[in-house]
Amino acid sequence: MSKNNIVSHLKQKKISEVLSTGKRMDGRGFGDFRELTIKSNVLFKSEGSAEVWLGKSHVMVGVKVGTGTPFEDTPNEGVLMTNAEFTPIANAAWEPGPPNEASIELARVVDRGLRSANVLTTESLCIIPGKFVQIVFVDLYVLNYDGNLIDACSAGAVAALMVAKRPTFNVIEKEAKPTGEKVPLIVCKKPVAVSVIKIGDSLILDPTADEEDVMDARLTVTFDEDDHICTMQKSGSVGLTVDEIKKCINMAQEKAPQIRAKALGD
Amino acid sequence: MSKKPTTKKTAARKPAARSKKPKVDSWKRADGRSFDELRPLKIESGVLPNADGSAYIEMGRNKILCGVFGPREMHPKHNAKPNEAVLRCRYHMAPFSVDPRRSPAPSRRDQEISMVMRSALEPAVFLDRYPRASIDVYIEVLEADGGTRCASINAASVALVDAGIPMKDLVAACAVGKIDDKIIVDLGDYEDKKGQSDMPVAYMPKLGKVTLLQMDGIMTAEENERALNLAIDGCKKVYEVQREALKKKYGIDQPQDKPPKEFPPEEPTEEPPVEEGHQ
Repeated sequence: MSKNNIVSHLKQKKISEVLSTGKRMDGRGFGDFRELTIKSNVLFKSEGSAEVWLGKSHVMVGVKVGTGTPFEDTPNEGVLMTNAEFTPIANAAWEPGPPNEASIELARVVDRGLRSANVLTTESLCIIPGKFVQIVFVDLYVLNYDGNLIDACSAGAVAALMVAKRPTFNVIEKEAKPTGEKVPLIVCKKPVAVSVIKIGDSLILDPTADEEDVMDARLTVTFDEDDHICTMQKSGSVGLTVDEIKKCINMAQEKAPQIRAKALGD
Repeated sequence: MSKKPTTKKTAARKPAARSKKPKVDSWKRADGRSFDELRPLKIESGVLPNADGSAYIEMGRNKILCGVFGPREMHPKHNAKPNEAVLRCRYHMAPFSVDPRRSPAPSRRDQEISMVMRSALEPAVFLDRYPRASIDVYIEVLEADGGTRCASINAASVALVDAGIPMKDLVAACAVGKIDDKIIVDLGDYEDKKGQSDMPVAYMPKLGKVTLLQMDGIMTAEENERALNLAIDGCKKVYEVQREALKKKYGIDQPQDKPPKEFPPEEPTEEPPVEEGHQ
């Protein structure tokens, strides 16, 4: 995970060499995704779940619905929270401990994608305005790391929300009583994140861990099904020109509907 | 914990609930600015006596102090890189900077902003000049009024120059966004919260590189392109103010016939006088 060791420098040289011939280390084209598989409802105890494989990257997404008080500025709305966990089993370089920058970025980019696209009508999660609302937790649990977690997790989060159910409440004399019944969460939009990686002069989709390791910059663009951009996030320590940004957006725009159709059954 | 839910989503879902009639010509923003007008911008460099470099920025009602320490020995040492300096950023908001009071503990949002700030500034700094060293950029937001991350980047790049750190370019930043289906520049707090989308951008005008690009909300690809161009124009205006701030401190008033200096101004030999009025 560091550009400082000799292995990384050699790797970067090799990957750049191969890219300059128009190919990638694993034989894919620049715009090709690895096999993406999503299995929904794989867990019993969670309100909704999805297991995602993107090549060798493997993520479990669990949705839990809890209750709590709303935020002061949005008393009539429930809460959607996304959290990412890098488990130490997923990568030799990952250690137990508080979340690092990469996991915070992953959670935040997925979170912002869901919020900006208005995936859930948070008003429907309000039980007693200002007092008692439902909180939907989306936990992204990385089980194996081989690059491009943002794209895998964002698709997985939507898939898990699509099958998730929330408990219902009756309000009797200003007291919320659970009815013991569950209704599906209504997913209004299906945003899909596509990350474009820049290595040297090449722009590629769906990077592996090795490619991510040596990347110069990344631009993640999230599209909803109306072809609107919901979220963008640039990371990496190299700047992008306006032309490169346009190219990245075009690549992502082209790919997003394909991923949605394949993974989320649009 | 997660970012608190923004009120943006309601506005995005109900674009019909406009408070203003969208007349093309007479359309004015909540604070009376035109769509491409920045808020009043004031940058002052060298305001902190104990820092190696510093800057104070007022962008609208944002009041932000930035201190740069280094290049100095990295602590803890195992974080040092053998081939270049490590740029570390810490974005922090004062508990009284927003309403209601926020906890002084770093939130997930703060950590993300620290990270994107680092990515925004790194491309501008000659890090390879200082192997094993750290360059620490500390941001304290005293008052927040929308667009703090952009204002912080503006202050930080001035402070880095003030610290005498060799730079490839100044990084200028400003946000663009959409409100009432109009693309506007440099969003204030109200526009940030009520708008349909916002997009902070940092840009190095001399090198033509975008070093920070984030977006939240809903935009079409075409709007996005327009917004990006508007943001870059805004960044160029900010860039001029940053240059003025440095010129004011270092008195570089180069006559046109002299060749420009090759390097940024050398470190001051004595501590600059403490500037007043930054608190």
